[in-house]
Parts: sequence; structure tokens; C-alpha cells
Amino acid sequence: MSTRMFGEPVPRTEDTRFLTGRGRYTADFEPGAAHAAFARSDLPHARILSIDTEGAKAVDGVLGVFTYQDLEGQLAERLPVLVPSDALIAPHTQYALAKDEVCYAGEVIAMVVARDRPTAEDALERIRVEYEPLTAAVSLAGAAKGEPLAHLDMADNVAGAITEEAGDVAAVFATAPHVFEWELRMERSASMPLEGRAVVARYDELEDRLLLHDATQAPTGVRFGLAMLFGMEIERVHVVAPDVGGGFGVKVIQFYPEEVMVPWAARRLRTPVKWVEDRREHFIGSNQERGQIHHVRVAAGVDGRILALEDRFEHDTGAYCSYGLILPIITAAQLPGPYKLANYRYEMRSIFTNTVPTSPYRGAGRPHAAFVMERVIEHLAGELGLDSLEVRRRNFVQPDEFPYHVGVTFQDGGPTVYDSGDYPRGLARLLDQLDLEATRAEIERGRADGRLLGLGFGAYVEGTGIGPYEGASVSIGPDGLVSVGTAHGTQGQAHETVFAQIVADELGVPMDRVRVTTGDTRRLGFGVGTYASRTAVVGGNAVLRAASEVKRQAAAVAARVMEVAPEDLVFEDGAVHVAGAPDRSIPLGRLAMASNPTRYAFGVDAEEGARLSQLAYAGGDRPLPEGSKPGLAAVEYYSPSAGVFGFGFHAAVVDVDPDTGFVRVLRYVVHHDCGRIINPMVVEGQIHGGVAQGIGGALYERIAYSPDGQILNASFMDFLMVTGAEMPRIELVHTETPSPSNPLGIKGVGEAGTIPVSAAIANALSDALGVPVDRMPMMPEDVLELLRTAPG
Amino acid sequence: MSREPREVVLTVNGRRYSARAEPRTTLADFLRDSLGLTGTHLGCEHGVCGACTVLMDGRSVRACLLFAVQAEGHELTTVEGLAPEDGQLSSLQQAFHEKHALQCGFCTPGFLLSAAELLDLKPHPTEDEVRAWLSGNLCRCTGYQNIVDAVLLASSRREEGAR
Repeated sequence: MSTRMFGEPVPRTEDTRFLTGRGRYTADFEPGAAHAAFARSDLPHARILSIDTEGAKAVDGVLGVFTYQDLEGQLAERLPVLVPSDALIAPHTQYALAKDEVCYAGEVIAMVVARDRPTAEDALERIRVEYEPLTAAVSLAGAAKGEPLAHLDMADNVAGAITEEAGDVAAVFATAPHVFEWELRMERSASMPLEGRAVVARYDELEDRLLLHDATQAPTGVRFGLAMLFGMEIERVHVVAPDVGGGFGVKVIQFYPEEVMVPWAARRLRTPVKWVEDRREHFIGSNQERGQIHHVRVAAGVDGRILALEDRFEHDTGAYCSYGLILPIITAAQLPGPYKLANYRYEMRSIFTNTVPTSPYRGAGRPHAAFVMERVIEHLAGELGLDSLEVRRRNFVQPDEFPYHVGVTFQDGGPTVYDSGDYPRGLARLLDQLDLEATRAEIERGRADGRLLGLGFGAYVEGTGIGPYEGASVSIGPDGLVSVGTAHGTQGQAHETVFAQIVADELGVPMDRVRVTTGDTRRLGFGVGTYASRTAVVGGNAVLRAASEVKRQAAAVAARVMEVAPEDLVFEDGAVHVAGAPDRSIPLGRLAMASNPTRYAFGVDAEEGARLSQLAYAGGDRPLPEGSKPGLAAVEYYSPSAGVFGFGFHAAVVDVDPDTGFVRVLRYVVHHDCGRIINPMVVEGQIHGGVAQGIGGALYERIAYSPDGQILNASFMDFLMVTGAEMPRIELVHTETPSPSNPLGIKGVGEAGTIPVSAAIANALSDALGVPVDRMPMMPEDVLELLRTAPG
Repeated sequence: MSREPREVVLTVNGRRYSARAEPRTTLADFLRDSLGLTGTHLGCEHGVCGACTVLMDGRSVRACLLFAVQAEGHELTTVEGLAPEDGQLSSLQQAFHEKHALQCGFCTPGFLLSAAELLDLKPHPTEDEVRAWLSGNLCRCTGYQNIVDAVLLASSRREEGAR
């Protein structure tokens, strides 16, 4: 019997190449290529009066220097809006190279292509840009009031606005026993994958073919976009996302200017061109996220039940909004979390500032939502003198209330509907692992010794696995190797392993007979991308479908060869046999050959194909039966009608040093539910990494802008990413509430670990310090400032 | 200062190499571009992230902070040289695999070399010592826990006193 792979902690098939230095990241391709480097705006907001490139052009080894003046046709227009929306009032995206006005420090103005990167950078130093400085809108609070303006052609800074309401909020507020109001803020952070962005383009003039290797999360979008921008036949453009050194959202945007300009230069100069982002460029030229200000009003009963909640919030979209309004929409839709808000209203405004543009970073609008909601719960419990855990329980959506309609619009444009969940059980599992009473007693003992200890909780519901669709190709080769190809890429999430697990189970083949290639449009032209914790769910179900179709094909061929009914066949150990007669088996490779009635039989196995062909002719039949195709190969797609909603609860115990403000996380306990688990080892790894990014985001990482619009900490020396020395050991417990919405019963997990961390840490810090922590992150200096205002 | 390329002769993973490098060429770029050893990765190019960590005469260095000419005459070990033979994994690499200590793999070479140095200097470190030692390497995927566990596993498999 084959062992079922689904659900097992199968070691990763992709590891060996990474462990031995044989990974293939974008920068590793085309070692002899010319290099591009980009001149970027020094100022956050300015008119460009002139650009002098003569000095740069004169540098030995320079192949070309380009500015906006060199762009034509569609390329001279603003880059496309990735996610359009009717509520987008001012869909400003940037130009591939700046035209007249720059709107953030770091915006690309000119491109140099030279024989190598040092030469290209030598030339950059000789580009002279004359600016007329303009006042810059830097703070979100200021920009939200329209002062100053971030774009010259606008009368205010509002990129877009949406208001939605479920129930009747005003009526409830008019009669509610308690009404409270709080302001909550989250500041800007960034994905910071260890590999920056990178693009390598090769244009073959003879064949008129463009091949791009791109450290992107969405190769198909890049492919279609480039074909459109360059006026090329789609089949002549291919994009490969090879091994990608982490994404976390920042690599999902199409287009970054460099992603368009590098292939443009490769076509124009007829030579391969490479651009590998350096870390400073990443800080000032790659998208960021998180800045929001929330003004929340809550109407509550004396028992702590939330009767109505109104949230007016501003979202900092940065200088441009290529991602439309998706981030604040996600915040608004996911703010209720596991709680029933029968009366919920939000007014969202997305605000332009003269800062690096924003787009999703792991969590994507949800960490803010969870932070706001979980702080509301704690505030409410404090005001009413109730236990906050009890307030949570009283407001939970109950297990028998699924599917549960939140009442507002989800990011995909449909209604927000939770497919399944069991929140009381999840919280109970967390508290068991935490050992609530013992933990509280230990904190009391520590406090008696003068320590600043605190316990905090965070809860979340995460919409994952959204459409529109993903696809997969599955085929069986003559040697029995099963090839799986997807267009959506991977950035470390073990898709090669988990997709192979699904295929191994479906076709009854050992894991080592399955080869998975992700992120290559040469393998599959259609797909969407890896983001929104969707790839295992949507891609995984597409893989299952394609494998099922190949199985059906193989069974049909085997039935003909063995002269039995397809229903009587069993797939096991890479072969097919008749049920009850395992000795009569045919390897899948031989079936693949038999399925292809070629005229010329190469090798013994192929003779089966020729024999079937002859048999068919002899019987007056077609060599390929009606409705069948040669080979065992299928491309299938999976398109969910709605997202699936994972959930979980986090608990943090913190210890604050009153002298330095340093916060040590003593314990971090996670409950997590992503439906059925394909590979628990991989899921735990995703949670660990997510929590680390969450803790970094809560306590160490903040993109610090000066009032005049410059990032003050644009290096790893100043932007402190969390290290292993700060991380606590994460205690992780699972429940599995299957999704009824897809055949595998799975939900996404990629972002889950990050979402409630700021909430849990803020609540733990509030508990430790005795003052409300209503803005995040909390660096040591912020903690010290709060301590100075703390009572007693 | 002259930009004229100079001949750099050095040993990498037991093999002698000779190649020309401008004085300003970093060791990391030299390894990657001139020697084709692309397993050494660049994450920040200012000496913080540790992705480019290699061993020079057995001690860890940041290949982004050294010039190639400074490695003249030295013996280097990169990630490509860690496995005992082609097709095999070192005990540390094997432990990383078993413990799921890598996700995107970009930081992994630097962690392997830093950890290899640690186990060489101190075959049986405590968890806190592993965490402190590896705090010079950044990982954005794993949350570090499985990396720490992998190093402890590799350590536990070492015979007492073995180097």
C-alpha cells in the first residue's frame, strides 16, 4: 500500500539545491549581461526642470542612458493600475521614468545601462537633475487634511474613499447604554525579503522572443503586461520567476518601473540586461505598507456585547496607488474578526503622501484590523470592568452560525462570508496551552518583585484562497516521471513539496517521481499569482484537478490495454493494476507511451502504442478514440466563488525593562486553524516566520521618515529586523476546521502568523505598563515615553 | 587609485583559482561573477544580513565587506564546499533539511557557514549560545526556531569532543 502523503510532515523536495548553493535566483542568470542602474529622485516632491545625461553617456562602458524623453506609445503613459475600482477617485500610478514631477524620494528618473554595475553607477554620478522643490506631504494625519498636496494636479490628497454599513449604526448609538471612542494608529513597515527585487531580460532578435527572469510573485501578470506595453505577440513573451528569495507581498506589484525598463532596454540595445536591486534601493524604491489611523466609536451593552461599531480610518497609500484600494478594503472587511458586529459602519479614505508607494506586506491590511479590534475589546473590558476573554467569548460568531455573513464587501468584490470556524474551541485550545491561571499567577509573582510583566491576547480571521483562479499542468512522461507545472511562483512556501504530495496521492506515485516547476509561463500561460495566502488553496485544488484528469486518461488507456473496465483499476506505486490482481500491473510510463499511437516506436514501451494503433485499425476504429488526446497530460483550472477563512488566537507574555524600554517576549503561544493541513511541518514553518515578522513589526521595525520626506533608517544598520536572539520559542497548537468550499478542505496560512501579533503585543504591553498602547510599533523609546506618563 | 585589474590567486573549497579583479571588486562579486560560485548571496551589501558569509581560513567573514584582492592567497569555504561529496549533505545541511530550517533558501548559505564555524569552535553549544551566535545572520522566512533546532540537532549528532 502506498502511504498517503496529504497530512504528513513530508520533508521538502526543494531543499537540496538550496543547501548546496545550487539555488537559481534571478541574479544568478545571464552572468555576462549588461547591468542597469537607476537615477532616483533625491527629493520627496519636486518639479524636474532639466536632466543632463551627457556626462553619463561619456563614461567608458556605458551602452545607453535613458529618460522619459526616450519613451514612446503606451510606455510613455502612466503604468497600469493593477486593481481598478470605481471608488478610486485619482488613480495615479507612476511613469516608467519620471515625467516632469517626482512624488517620492527614490522615484526613478533615469536609467543607465553599462557593461557592469560599477560602471553603471559611475555613470549615475554624472547625471545632473535640476529640481524645483515642492512642499511634501509626509505625515498621514497632515496629508489627510489636504495639507500640503502630494500631487500638483490634485485639489486634495484623497486617492479613493469607500463607506459601507451593515445594520443601522446610528440608531444603535442613539440608544446604547455605553458609547466609547478611541483613536488607534499603526505606522509604516516593509516586507524586507532577504533577496531584493531583480530582473534579467534577454531578447532574441532572430526569433523575436523576449524572456524575462524576474524575482516576482506574479509572472503571468508581468508577461501579459509586457506584451501589451511592447506591442508583442503574447506567445513571444515569457516570464520566469525562478527561485525567489522571499516575497511577503513586496514582489507582487506589476509594474515596478525597473521591471518594464530592463526588458525595454534589452530589446532596444539587443543585449541581455540585468538589474539587481541593492538594499538602499529596496528601502526607497520598493513598496511598503501599514500606515493607518483609525477613529473608532463603539456602542456596547453592560454585558460587554458590542452593539455597534463605527470606524473612520485613513490609509496611507504613499505617492501612488497601483494596487488600487485593496489594502484598506481588506482592513475594513476583516476588522470584525471573529466577532459578530450586527451594526458595523466604516468610512475609509486612502490618502496620497510623498512617500514610497504602498501595497500588500504579509498580513495586508489585516494586522491593522486585528490591532484595532483587539484593542477595542480590551478597552471595552476595562471600561466595563469585565474579563476581556469573556468579552471575546460573548461577541464570538458561534460554531453553528456558519456560513456567516459579515455584511460588508470582501476584497474580491463579493460579500464577506466566513465559510467555517470554531472560535470558542480555538480560544480554549490556546488557553490550555498557555495554562492561563498558572501564567497569571506567575505574572503576579513577578510584579510583586517589581517586574513589568504583561499578558496580552490577539485574535483574527483571515480571508484566504481568493480567486479569480489558478491553473496547473500535469503530465506523465515515458519514464513515468510526473511533471507538474504552474504559472504562479513560489518564494519559499514549499509549493514544490505540497503540490507533489497532492499529485502523489492522486496518481499513486512515490514523491520522488513527481517534479514540480512553479512560476514559469513557458509551462503554463495562465495564472494569477502568489499572494493573499491563496496558492496552496487555489493552486493546490487546480493541481488536484489536473492530476485527476490525467488519472482518468491513464485509466482509459489501461482499460483498453488490459481489456477491463476503468472502474476496476487501482493506481499504486507508479503503476496501474486490476483490483485484486496486483501482479497484473502496467507502469504509468508505459501507459503514457501507449496513449500516444505514434507511427514510430522508440523502445520497447512504445511498441504498446503502436500495437494499440494496429489493433484499432484492425477493428475499424480510430487510433485515438473519439474524445481522447495523445499523451497523458492535462491542464486544469480551479476558480473559487469566494475566499475561505482561517482563524486563530495568539497570547504573549512580555517583560519590560523600565530603564531601557526594551521589551522581551517571554512566551508566545499560537493557536491556528487553516482547515485541513497538507503538510504540518510546512504550516508550522509558515506560522513561525509570520510570528517573527509580526514581532519585528511590533517591537523593532518602523520605516522612519523625517518631516522633510527622507527615510532616516534606510539600511539594515538602522532598520532593525528581528534576529534569533530576540525571538522567543513559539508554542503552537492547531485545530482543523475543514473548509466546505473546496475539495481538499484547505485554507491558506501564509499570512496568518503575522496578523494578530501587534494586537497581542499591544495588549500585553498595556497590561505590563498600565497605560493603553494605542499605536504600534513600540520601540524602546516609545515604551519609555509611555512609562513616563504611566500612573504611579 | 588605479582601477587596473589585478590577478587574484586563492583557494576556494580546496580548489585553486586565479582570476583578474578590479581593486574595488568585492569578494562576493568576485566569487559570484568571476568564479561562478553563485551560492554566496547578497542581501544588504553593508555587512549586516550575513547572507554572504563565507569562511576565510576557517573563520567567518562577510564577502560583501572584503575586496577580492584581500583574499589573495587565502583559503575560502563557500556553501558549495560544505557537502563531503556531490550528492551528499553534511550533517549540518542534513539537519537543516530534517528540521525545515529553510524556506526561500536565500539566507541559508550564510547560516550554514556561520553555524559550521560555531560547531567547529564549540561543538556543543546551548540554545542561547546558538541564538546569540546566529544573531549576525538575518532570516525573513523561518522565525529562526527551526534553524536553532537544526544546529542543536547537528551538534547532538557530533561525537563528544569531535571537531
